[in-house]
Amino acid sequence: MQNHFPLWKNLIILGVFFVSLIYALPSLYGEDPSVQISSVNSQKLGPDKANEIELAVKAAGVSAKALEVNNDQVLVRLNNTDDQLKIADLLREQLGKTMTVALNLAPTTPSWLRAIGAQSMYLGLDLRGGVHFLLEVDMDAAVRQAEERYVDDVRVALRNEKIRYLGVVKDAGFIKVTLKGVEDKTALLALLDKDFHLSLDVKEPPEQDQVWLKISEYQEKEIRKLAVSQNMTALRNRVNELGVAEPVIQQQGENRIVVQLPGVQDTTRAKEILGTTATLEYRLVDVEHDVMKAIEGHPPVNSRLYYDKNGGPILLDKRIIVTGDQIVDASSGMDQDGRAAVFISLDGPGAAKMGKVTQTNVGKPMAVVFIEYRVETKLVNGEKIRHKEKVEKVISVATIQGVFSKRFQTTGLDSPQEARNLSLLLRAGALAAPVDIVEERTVGPSLGQDNINKGFLSFIVGFGLVVLFMMVYYKLFGMIANLALAFNVVIVVSILSMLQATLTLPGIAGIILTVGMSVDANVLIFERIKEELRHGNAPQTSIFIGYEKAFATILDSHVTNLVVAIVLFAFGTGSVKGFAVTLIIGILSSMFTAITGTRMIINWIYGNRRVEKLSI
Amino acid sequence: MKTTTINFIGNRNIAMGFSGILMVIAIVSLFSKGLLMGIDFTGGTLIEVGYSQAADLTALRKTLDDNGFNDATVQNFGTSKDVLIRLKLQEGVSSADLSVGVLDAINKNVSEPAKLRRVEFVGPQVGDDLAQDGFLALLYSTIGILIYVAWRFEWKFSVGAIIATFHDVIVTLGVFSIFGLEFDLTVLAAILALIGYSLNDTIVVYDRIRENFRLLRKTSTEDIMNISINETLSRTIMTSLTVILVLSALFFLGGEVIHNFSLALLFGVFFGTYSSIFIASPMSLILGISPEDLMVPIKEGADIDTMP
Repeated sequence: MQNHFPLWKNLIILGVFFVSLIYALPSLYGEDPSVQISSVNSQKLGPDKANEIELAVKAAGVSAKALEVNNDQVLVRLNNTDDQLKIADLLREQLGKTMTVALNLAPTTPSWLRAIGAQSMYLGLDLRGGVHFLLEVDMDAAVRQAEERYVDDVRVALRNEKIRYLGVVKDAGFIKVTLKGVEDKTALLALLDKDFHLSLDVKEPPEQDQVWLKISEYQEKEIRKLAVSQNMTALRNRVNELGVAEPVIQQQGENRIVVQLPGVQDTTRAKEILGTTATLEYRLVDVEHDVMKAIEGHPPVNSRLYYDKNGGPILLDKRIIVTGDQIVDASSGMDQDGRAAVFISLDGPGAAKMGKVTQTNVGKPMAVVFIEYRVETKLVNGEKIRHKEKVEKVISVATIQGVFSKRFQTTGLDSPQEARNLSLLLRAGALAAPVDIVEERTVGPSLGQDNINKGFLSFIVGFGLVVLFMMVYYKLFGMIANLALAFNVVIVVSILSMLQATLTLPGIAGIILTVGMSVDANVLIFERIKEELRHGNAPQTSIFIGYEKAFATILDSHVTNLVVAIVLFAFGTGSVKGFAVTLIIGILSSMFTAITGTRMIINWIYGNRRVEKLSI
Repeated sequence: MKTTTINFIGNRNIAMGFSGILMVIAIVSLFSKGLLMGIDFTGGTLIEVGYSQAADLTALRKTLDDNGFNDATVQNFGTSKDVLIRLKLQEGVSSADLSVGVLDAINKNVSEPAKLRRVEFVGPQVGDDLAQDGFLALLYSTIGILIYVAWRFEWKFSVGAIIATFHDVIVTLGVFSIFGLEFDLTVLAAILALIGYSLNDTIVVYDRIRENFRLLRKTSTEDIMNISINETLSRTIMTSLTVILVLSALFFLGGEVIHNFSLALLFGVFFGTYSSIFIASPMSLILGISPEDLMVPIKEGADIDTMP
């Protein structure tokens, strides 16, 4: 009973084969270019909406493959990408702002496969087309902003506690509080301990009337964490506005965010939306002092000089009433007089502050400062320097008409388009810290399909050549190895599908490479068997010893490949990671198929009988 | 294939000399000419556009020049219809907007607008990071393998294997340097995969040497090495052939994007096969490997039959 597998072993191998075959199946089915329509405010889309869409599609003279309503959204399957783009543009125009119209590739997997959770492989952007952005959050700016907030908060706290101070200023990395009298110091320290215990570290300099504050390490960590997560939330909202079917937004490292938008072709708009950081500041206008004096270089103590969008100078109070991150919602539209307006809602603290300020300032003008951060990388004297530009612009000055807090509107914008853009950026959530696009990879849809075709063709040809080669050189044993090879590819595809690991073009190259390398195990075994035969061993013994002796070698030699593949996975990004993934899966599954899989078939053919000669 | 009896070890000086010359050429080129680093590592912008007919590169260059993209390099990519435009990191111009500007410029006043196929922009910081990650990957995989081989075999084998592998990597990099082929992330991945492959080949030979050390106790080390290399020769060649077959398919059919990737692997597999036959074993011989290094120590009082 030398070359015989027990029944359970055969059943396990066949079971693995069967399961992998089923889970690999969905990848054989293609994908329909389709348009996905969902409601912006997550309302359900009923059959009447679907009818409306169907009529619109028909009116455009495009024949849709299918129209599906599920999960509160409508999916229109189309015959080609041209139709897809045409319909998407059409629907965007017709359905307006209440609906999100996104391009998508809908799998044509039959429902019974979907029912057991079988999905097709997840294609990377280089295969399906789309945009990949790597954004970097400017942590220093986030911390600086927080410092500014604390300066404000400390001032307010001092005033509330009636502690008289000469100044609270940011200087040399500290927030320096200068008191009017030394006698208030105990009260100040008590206040700091009570209200700012966790967030600010207190340092007492030699000057008795001063206390220096620094954001604590704990708080700084929190600020950094918040800066990234707040940005990610904001990005998610912004991406939703763009209409992307399956966006990926992930943190990478400490301060970077990956944004992948499959199917997006208008990269300019995507960049505009993602790249700029805009925020608003509401400030009171200083009407008591002379603007001209400020221009000459003598601004009043409590005011700062700004310029409006037409370049006119204006003095604004240094204190901020509300900042962008206190805005919870913003939408654009027309006000009663038909002017473009942005309607704004504030959060609790923002509303309280706004209420307090408007109460005492009815009839006075209030300004909105629009702040944009544009980050540019420039080469100065051969050195790469990241230059950050803070563009501050007073976009509107409006008189406070009455006391308001939570809800109010801003007018004075140039056009409905400007109002829309502003509200879009605001609604998406004002960002805590500026972000900068540090990497972009865009693949057009035609190149994506090209890559798939080329990858598939080289796979078929490479696979065919190896199969032919093995068949000619090792005859029947070669054919068995070829079966194992096919089995290996099926396993790789099914595992990739199950893990939903991203398949990239280098990933396809990885599969092709494993096709070439996985026959190595069989070559080792077969050469060993041949050697044993040459030494005069009987066929059955030769098979047995061949497998036995080759096993250790296969293990040793595959581990080195595996080590490298794992390192590659750990350090690689994007498409290279895809290569590492297929390599790892390929190496592992090839050990199974090339050793156990071939042995099972060889045992079926040669096991348990007298064999004179092996076809090897 | 019958087992051959080629005297690899006896003629090792020829191979060593040949490899020495290859290494010197490669290293000289790497130091003098360097590698043509892709934008993955240098940072910059790369734009691939497609036309339905052969593109007029001269006109494109002029258009770009007129629009202020002075340092743009324009070349065909794969076919005459596809054009690759490269831009360095520019002073004073926001890099993220560069691709948009270029596309606007070349599509102005033309009868057939270019179809955008691909844009890659890599900022300087990311480029540095990718280069650093690549270097670390190289370092860690080398360390990982050194440890594994030293654990499974013996340090002289381990060092021999690493030297043979470095030989393959340096010669392949040399080929990229001499012919001015672009070195990007996918090529780096290929180099790493090559390390794994080259070692795989070497280890199969070492494995046989170890086995024969224990089997043929009276034979000299040199003879054992020769026998082992010859015994594994058909396997070494067979496996290399299958890998070269699939790589050729990738090289010729896989498209321009992974052209250099498959080329690096093709060269690598070729040199890897050569080095595992001609370099790895002689190297460990020079380091003074002897059968004693791999003997299983006989346990006190062990049964004589359990000896390997």
